[in-house]
Amino acid sequence: MTETTAQRKETSMLARAFDSDLWHSFKSSPITMLAAFIVLVMTLAALFAPWIAPMNPFDPAQVYLMNANIPPRWLNGGDPQFLLGTDDQGRDLYSAILYGLRVSIFIGLIGVAIACTLGVTLGLVAGYIGGRVDSLIMRIADVQLTFPAILIALLIDGIVRGLLKSAAREDIAFGVLVVSIGLAFWVQYARTVRGSTLVEKGRDYIQAARLVGLPAPLIMIRHVLPNVIGPVLVILTINVGLAIITEATLSFLGVGLPPTQPSLGTLISIGNRYLFSGDWWIVTFPGITLALFVLSINLLGDWLRDALNPKLQ
Amino acid sequence: MLAFILRRLAQSVAVLLSVAIIAFAMFRFVGDPVNQIVSLDTPAEQVEQVRKDLGLDKPVYIQFVRYIGNALKGDFGQSYQFRQPVTKLLAERAPATLELAFMSALFSLLVGIPMGVYTALYRDGFGARLFQAVSLIGVSLPTFLIGILLIYLFSVHLGWLPSFGRGQVVKITENWTTGLLTISGIKALILPAITLGLFQMTLIMRLVRAEMLEVMRTDYIKFARARGLKTRAINFGHALKNTLVPVITIAGLQLGSIIAFAIITETVFQWPGMGVLFLKAVQNVDIPIMAAYLMMIAALFVLINLFVDLLYAAVDPRLRATIRES
Repeated sequence: MTETTAQRKETSMLARAFDSDLWHSFKSSPITMLAAFIVLVMTLAALFAPWIAPMNPFDPAQVYLMNANIPPRWLNGGDPQFLLGTDDQGRDLYSAILYGLRVSIFIGLIGVAIACTLGVTLGLVAGYIGGRVDSLIMRIADVQLTFPAILIALLIDGIVRGLLKSAAREDIAFGVLVVSIGLAFWVQYARTVRGSTLVEKGRDYIQAARLVGLPAPLIMIRHVLPNVIGPVLVILTINVGLAIITEATLSFLGVGLPPTQPSLGTLISIGNRYLFSGDWWIVTFPGITLALFVLSINLLGDWLRDALNPKLQ
Repeated sequence: MLAFILRRLAQSVAVLLSVAIIAFAMFRFVGDPVNQIVSLDTPAEQVEQVRKDLGLDKPVYIQFVRYIGNALKGDFGQSYQFRQPVTKLLAERAPATLELAFMSALFSLLVGIPMGVYTALYRDGFGARLFQAVSLIGVSLPTFLIGILLIYLFSVHLGWLPSFGRGQVVKITENWTTGLLTISGIKALILPAITLGLFQMTLIMRLVRAEMLEVMRTDYIKFARARGLKTRAINFGHALKNTLVPVITIAGLQLGSIIAFAIITETVFQWPGMGVLFLKAVQNVDIPIMAAYLMMIAALFVLINLFVDLLYAAVDPRLRATIRES
């Protein structure tokens, strides 16, 4: 009995989702649908890379230096074994791209998750509590806004390098990267959430919750948060693209991930070294993958922003 | 008005001070500055002497005051990598970066504004849609990828333009060299300037387009039309002129981030500027250079911000009124 009600509720929610304004606006924009399709396919391909990829580029036992710099299959000198050719260490480029995309998406998502959690929490606290806490948090945000995100990430990387021995550095390169991205992007969330929290704070339902005697953290999470989270979703989407670009840039500059666990940025940076010898494929295919993925995410973000903006409807 | 200026000045000083605290903390606590100067077999008394010379035996707040004092005199200490004063190293490389930043800002304005006006006036035309699509791609492509693409096309494939360095430079003063006076210098500047300016260009294009669309709806434009003014005069004399204030603000604010973003472009094109110096400092944990660069960028942003705010207050009567009220 309870099961059927649960099922009915679920189907009705699905039906509601398919009948919503958002879904209709989604269906009426072919470019958005294409972008969503590309994001979906690439994310799935990255997720299932170990099963799709012909070889594991991280496994030294499967990589032969003799196979280095082989052009794509359809060109002169291509090897049928390597669809998109190989890089300078003999890794199959197609496999390396799948694995690299996996690393890039993973870092992008975790980095943005950190930025979002930090930013939303600080924004809520600043907006709800106000006073000195508010001005302290917002002054920090102001100072940080003076610097572009990439510079912040570079600085954090440099400081960590100074504090740690070089051996430990490779092991935690992933963590450092994720934290630098998180710390570089939190300001936007904090400002947005603080702004909407200030508006919500004066509403009757919050006053009522206070009168009932609910503790402040509970009011913030249960009552304020759901009402201020909307604009955050849009920033979130666009920021995933930005975070992936930042990761790629840091890896390209040689302060991101070590070449043994290449992301798309590392692959591009390797390929850049072979551009002049005519081995164009090493830089081209990872570059196209990166650009296509970020472009699709940005298209989705743009659409979401317009679709959620009541002024444009 | 005077109160407003004073308040803004105080804010700027506060921002600079907090950045200075960060820079000092980096200098003092990330690695031991003494270890970077002495070698392994330096006798202990000499190590102590160096520590005293650097003032590291004093309380931290005195060290901080001393650090600020030195910074104000333009002394940021010695680079660990080069064993030379940081200020000298930065000054040597500043002309290259400034030249690059200035040219790319110029490029983004000269191309971005006309493109924005065009896309706003012919909103549904083919050209406008094309520009819009190109601008979205420009935002999505990472700077370094754009640089690599341009190098591949114009240097490797076509062989028209050089892919690295500044070309032949001319010395103007002791510290100032320029590539703008030789043909090879100008040729070397083209690709990096476009790479660096492309993102700002799309930003300016989108901004001009949005502002133009807004202004075109206002009553005074309708009135100008009703008076029978020529379309050209309306578009450029009335509409564009009123969009330029926010555009110039954003362009000014972006100048700072252009200099910061030059790190990437300089790396791609092996441009001998401050960005490459900073990146090398990050890779080799050369804290004095990192700290000095941080302070420099902060000072630049704060100065530009302050200038823009004061300019706004001077230009916009509405803002002046609110300042007077508060």
